Amino acid sequence: MLTVPTVTRRNFIVGSAAALGGLSLGFSVPFPGGAQADAIAPEINAWVVVRPDETVVIRIARSEMGQGTLTGLAQLVAEELECDWSKVTTEYPTPGDNIARNRVWGSFSTGGSRGIRESQDYVRRGGATAREMLIAAAADEWQVPASECMVARGVITHGPSGRSTTFGKVATAAAGMTLPAEVTLKDPSTWTIAGKPLPRLDTAEKLTGKQIYGVDMVRPNMLNAAIRACPVFGGRVTGFDAVSGMPGVRKVVQVDDTAVAVVADTWWQAKTALDNLPIEWDDGPNSGVTSETIAAMLAEGLEAEEAFLGNEAGDARAALAGAAQTVTAVYSFPFQNHATMEPMNATAVYTDDRCEVWCPTQNGEASLAAAAEASGLPVERCEIYKLHLGGGFGRRGNFQDYVRQVVSIARQMPGTPIKLIWSREEDMLHGAYHPITQCKLTGGLDPDGNLTALHMRISGQSILAAVRPQAMQGGRDPVVFQGLHAGGDEYALGYSIDNLLIDHAMRNPPIPPGFWRGVNLNQNAIYMECFMDELAHAAGQDPLAFRRKLMANHPKHLAVLEAVAERIGWDSAPPEGVHRGLAQIMGFGSYVAAAAEVSVTDGQLRVHRIVAATDPGHVVNPAQVERQVEGSFVYGLSACLYGECTVNGGRMEQENFDTYNVLRMAEMPAVETIIMPSGGFWGGVGEPTIAVAAPAVLNAIFAATGKRVRRLPLMNHDLRAV
Amino acid sequence: MARLTINGAPRDVEVDPDTPLLWVLREQLGMTGTKYGCGIAQCGSCTVHLDGVATRSCVLPVSAIGPEQQIVTIEGLSPDGSHPVQQAWLALDVPQCGYCQSGMIMAAVGLLQQNGNPTDEDINAEMTNICRCGTYNRVRAAIKLAAGNSKTQAG
Repeated sequence: MLTVPTVTRRNFIVGSAAALGGLSLGFSVPFPGGAQADAIAPEINAWVVVRPDETVVIRIARSEMGQGTLTGLAQLVAEELECDWSKVTTEYPTPGDNIARNRVWGSFSTGGSRGIRESQDYVRRGGATAREMLIAAAADEWQVPASECMVARGVITHGPSGRSTTFGKVATAAAGMTLPAEVTLKDPSTWTIAGKPLPRLDTAEKLTGKQIYGVDMVRPNMLNAAIRACPVFGGRVTGFDAVSGMPGVRKVVQVDDTAVAVVADTWWQAKTALDNLPIEWDDGPNSGVTSETIAAMLAEGLEAEEAFLGNEAGDARAALAGAAQTVTAVYSFPFQNHATMEPMNATAVYTDDRCEVWCPTQNGEASLAAAAEASGLPVERCEIYKLHLGGGFGRRGNFQDYVRQVVSIARQMPGTPIKLIWSREEDMLHGAYHPITQCKLTGGLDPDGNLTALHMRISGQSILAAVRPQAMQGGRDPVVFQGLHAGGDEYALGYSIDNLLIDHAMRNPPIPPGFWRGVNLNQNAIYMECFMDELAHAAGQDPLAFRRKLMANHPKHLAVLEAVAERIGWDSAPPEGVHRGLAQIMGFGSYVAAAAEVSVTDGQLRVHRIVAATDPGHVVNPAQVERQVEGSFVYGLSACLYGECTVNGGRMEQENFDTYNVLRMAEMPAVETIIMPSGGFWGGVGEPTIAVAAPAVLNAIFAATGKRVRRLPLMNHDLRAV
Repeated sequence: MARLTINGAPRDVEVDPDTPLLWVLREQLGMTGTKYGCGIAQCGSCTVHLDGVATRSCVLPVSAIGPEQQIVTIEGLSPDGSHPVQQAWLALDVPQCGYCQSGMIMAAVGLLQQNGNPTDEDINAEMTNICRCGTYNRVRAAIKLAAGNSKTQAG
């Protein structure tokens, strides 16, 4: 029996039913292949199901990984639907159903801070369309014009007669109504559900241990797998001991030509056996690669003749040659691991004619494609059941290695469900790492301390070259220039500089890069915003005043910067021993800024207070925006303080949190969030603020110590006075 | 064979004595609220209570636990999410992805059982669990809320 795990506020229950051969659901709205209508809960349209008990099931195509998109998207649908918010629950449609129904739910991809902003229009239309069909059904029943009917909180009323009915009562009839050709969406200023700081829909389960993540998946007769891929990038398996008498072990299998997996009754048995399993590797061509060889490769790019152009105005080289004063600095940003709290995992069952996978994924359709590829079955015979993610941060979108692996294992044991869980060590050694770059900046000042020219040379890794070469533009990777564009509505540079050259010498070391929350905005903001601070000091000017002169044509960039400066009290002296720094950038369609207050005592940094401002155009749930902004400082400051994966012998050296430290409670600053949506555009929220965390703190550290930290992370530097 | 007392009930499990409590809970007993994050007692996702003390179960072999010792997991904190710490978490809508939150809650309950009115420094010292989404400030606020609520309840 096939049942579809659906996500509800109560979630689904894995219990006694699992032993009976099925997954018991909190409720059941099975629609495999889209062919089977729910007998008791009619689908009004793809987005909305109304049950007779008035429960409104809103379907969410994007993934929930902590960022609150599930709640936000439900708010947008509910707003237009005019339903009772207290009756709302949600579920994920499956990627297979999306294909079977001509992609009625659009993209499943959940990255680039696009979950809400890219689907807001069509999910609102989905809600509005369903509302019109429900009204039409009531009007039809009463034989009155639909235009005489009103709706509020799931109750439809006929004005002239005063008759009323509910969504639940007319749902079946509504499901048969013709879709309205056109609907008008509400003006956001009139919203009553969207735009409000409503509590998340998925909190309660997370407080009791009942929330089911991928690692918690259980299937009848399931076995568990632990895996080890060649720790050296580009290496492969040459031999291993397939015969094993180790407790609980059922099978030892090779996975592609790169990895070996042990399948056992329990994961602990599988891991223990794997730890004791001799595996012979051919390390391949990269065993001589180290952090030093990579740094040298990138350093060469800083001076290279040829580079891809990112942004250009005037003649930067000539203007620098004629400048009254020039300032030059070299920065670098290392590899980072996503380090999601839930390690990579997936559960699969393969038979000769079907392959099903349960997994945490940021892109269900990419998971489906990976399952089809790895199983060798047509995509119509594969299915993905999405589960909540224990963190994503970009690791589980483009990169479906864990799905391919579990299918490869399951294919070698047909009919047996296999759950693959990566150990933390495997997760650290086989990431899709934040790309490594260096940056050389040269600025030219006139005699009055005005910035007349800037050359920003980025050298280093291209994500697209590794993972999406078809998106390259004649060999150029446009994603490298996030936050540095000449204009546009996603990544516009907030400064007007008469003579500007921003270019990229692509240098790709053999370490797999990936989209890491904030992507290239992270280091670009450090490079640009710390260097602006350097230039201001070279010019003998206040860093805010220096920036302001360059930002007259960038009012939205300036507005967020001014907001944080005002709130932190930039124009007044900080408390004794406390020092301040600023940063701003635009990314993922939003304008963000941060101001930091730090102290450095005997070389010990303490970040006391952060003020952060964000203008994302529209806000769907301000409480969730606050959480994303706060969380951005954990992610951004973890990277700033500690984040570094170093390479030796062609492999990563850090294998767990003891050597890959992250920010903890004691180091967490107070964060004050200013949400200042200016309307007229839809920007992202999950990522942009990460970029301003590090430069605001680094600039404050300079104010405190006179030391410029240009090579991240901070833990490698001594901040004590010399 | 090991006999354990989990959430007040005796449980007999057939496992290798070296097996960490975490995996006995998750795999033998199907109690998946306690999470695996690192396996080396760094992240705290696996935190349970052993005789009332917050303990990282990923490095605790079952052979080191006596049958009389009381193990409490997130599932045993309350039958319905009504524990004051869970209620404080709910009131402040603390979790984001939620994966670390079982461990966070168990660590917070452990702290409050030892110290009913923790200062910021007490919280910093005891709450060393890792959260990558960034819930730390709300965890701190929820601990203080729970401490206040507990005091109110105590009269």
